[in-house]
Amino acid sequence: MNPLLTIDNLQTHFFTSNGVVKAVDGVSLSIPAGGTLGIVGESGSGKSVTALSILRLVSEPGRIVGGRILFQRGKETVDLLSLPQDKLRDVRGGRIAMVFQEPMTSLNPVFTIGNQIEEAVALHQKGLSRSDRKAKVIESLSLVRVPDPDRVAASYPHELSGGMRQRAMIAMALSCRPELLIADEPTTALDVTIQAQVLALLNELREKLRMALILITHDLGIIAETVDSVAVMYAGKVVETGPTKDLFAAPRHPYTRALLKALPTLKTEGRLQTIPGTVPDLADLPRGCSYQDRCEKVQDRCRREDPKLESASGGGGREARCFFPYNEGA
Amino acid sequence: MNFSEIWRQFCKNKLAVAGLAVVLLLFAVAFLAPALSPRSPTAYDLDSILLAPSSAHPLGTDEEGRDVLARMIYGTRISLSVGFISVVLYVAIGIVLGALAGYFGGWTDIVISRLIEIMMCFPTFFLILAVLAFIGPSLVNIMAVIGVTSWPGIARLVRGEFLKLRGQDFVTAGKLVGAGTGRIIFRHILPNSMAPVLVSATFGIASSILIESSLSFLGFGVQPPTPSWGEILSQSRDFMDIAWWLALFPGLAIFLSITAYNLVGEGLRDAIDPRMKI
Repeated sequence: MNPLLTIDNLQTHFFTSNGVVKAVDGVSLSIPAGGTLGIVGESGSGKSVTALSILRLVSEPGRIVGGRILFQRGKETVDLLSLPQDKLRDVRGGRIAMVFQEPMTSLNPVFTIGNQIEEAVALHQKGLSRSDRKAKVIESLSLVRVPDPDRVAASYPHELSGGMRQRAMIAMALSCRPELLIADEPTTALDVTIQAQVLALLNELREKLRMALILITHDLGIIAETVDSVAVMYAGKVVETGPTKDLFAAPRHPYTRALLKALPTLKTEGRLQTIPGTVPDLADLPRGCSYQDRCEKVQDRCRREDPKLESASGGGGREARCFFPYNEGA
Repeated sequence: MNFSEIWRQFCKNKLAVAGLAVVLLLFAVAFLAPALSPRSPTAYDLDSILLAPSSAHPLGTDEEGRDVLARMIYGTRISLSVGFISVVLYVAIGIVLGALAGYFGGWTDIVISRLIEIMMCFPTFFLILAVLAFIGPSLVNIMAVIGVTSWPGIARLVRGEFLKLRGQDFVTAGKLVGAGTGRIIFRHILPNSMAPVLVSATFGIASSILIESSLSFLGFGVQPPTPSWGEILSQSRDFMDIAWWLALFPGLAIFLSITAYNLVGEGLRDAIDPRMKI
C-alpha cells in the first residue's frame, strides 16, 4: 500500500541578502494513512519549513526549489508541488490541516471563534445551510472537548485562555475531517498540564477520525509519548529515522545520541549534558557532514564527503546519515 | 479590541463626545431640512434685501432677500454629502490600491508606491481647482474630483498595515483552510487594518468639507442658487461692512462642523490606539 504522504528530496531555500540559506536540503519522509510521524530538531533545523513546504505556504524569500510531495488522494496520487492553485486550495484544510505553535497569533483577532471555524467549513463543504454550518462548528468544538461550545463559538480569541485557543485551532483544523494533520509545536506555548491534555486529545482524535499525524517538536519527551516513527533533523537534513522505540533505545547517529543524552532524567545529577558548539550557518555550510564540528566521532572522511542517509544493516526501517554510526545502544 | 471597549474609551473623552453630538445634530438638520427651514432657501424677496437678523429672519437675509437661516440649513446637506461621499470614494480607492501594494509587494508595490508619491507631489487643493476648471464645477464633479485626488494618504496607511499583517500566523492559517487570495486580503487582513483607516476617514470628512467650502468661496464649487456654506460666505465679501451676518454664520458653521469632525477623529484615534495619544 502506498503511503499517504511521501516527501521526496524536498529542497526549500531562502534567497537572502546574505546568500542562499538551505533551510531544507534534500528531505525525504513518508507517512502511512492513519500513521504518526514525529519530526524533531533544534531551532533552525528546518522542521517547520518542511511542514510549511508540504502545503506550499513558505513565504518570500523562501522558495521550494526541488523535490516532490506526493499525496494519496483517493485512488490517484498527486504531487502537491505541481498542483494548480485551485486544486491546492481543496487540499489545504480539506485533506491536510495544520495547527501552529502560537494559538494567539494564528487566530484572526477581529472574528469570533465560531466565525473562523465556520469559514473553514464553508470553504470546503459547499452547499451547507447556515444552520448546518453552525451545527458543524459546535460539533467541532465539542470534539475537542471545549466546555460550553456555544459560548466559545461566540468569543473572540483574546477572550480565551491559551489552551482554549489551541483547542479552537484544533477544532478548526479538524472541522473538515482531514486525512492528515500537521501539528507544528502545538504545545510549546502552553503550560505543562495543558500540554499533556492537548497531546492526549490529539492522539485520541487521531484514532477516532483515523487521520495521520505529523508532529513537529523539539521536545523528545513528547515524541516518545506520541508517535510511532520519528525523523531527526539537523541543519536542513534528516540525520536519522526509525521507529520511535528503537531509535530511542539505540540511537545510531551521534547527533541523536547527544540529544538523548542531553535529556534530564530522574537520576541526573549535577549539570545537564549539552552538545558543544552551535548549529552551522545554513548559508555557509562546511564541506562534508554538517555535524562535523560538534561530533564526537568526527574523522577526516566526514570533512571531505557528505554522508548519505543509509539503512542500517539490521534493517527494521532504521536509517542514519553517518559514516560511522553507533551500532549498539551502548 | 472590540466595539464596546472602543465606545467606552471614546466616551471618556468629553470633547470627542461633544464633537459627536454636533455631528449628529448636523445630520439631523440635513435630514430634516425641509421641516426645519422657515422658508424656501431660493425664494427671492426683493422687498427685504440685506436685512439684519430679526424675528422674521433669525439670521438675516442676503442681497437677494433670501433667508440666510434657510440657506444655511440646506447648505448642511451639501457639506455632509460632499464630506461623506468623497471620503467613501477615496477610502475605497485607497484601500484597494494600498492592499494590493502591501499584500503582493514586488512590482505591484513599486508601481503603486510611485503612483502614491507622484500624487502626493501635487498640492491637492490646486489640483482639484485645476481639474474643476476643466470639467466644470458641480456637486457631483466636486465629490468625484476630491475622491480621485485624495486617496494617497489612505493607500499608504493601508499598505503599511498590510505589510505588517501579511506575515502574521492567522494569515497563513487562513491560507491553510483553503482561502483564496481575494478572501485573504479582504476578509482576513482588511478588517484588522480598518481602525486607522476609520480615524483617517473621520479627519478626511473635515478636510473635504473645508475643500468644498473653499471651492464654493472661490466660485468653483456648488453653483448658485444651490445653497452652500462656502457660497454664502463668498457672497458676503461685497457686503462685509454692512451685513456682518452674511459672513459670521456660514463661517461659524464651517468652523463648528470641522472642529466637531476633528474632535471625533481624535477621540476615535485615542480610543482605538491609546499609544497614539499625544
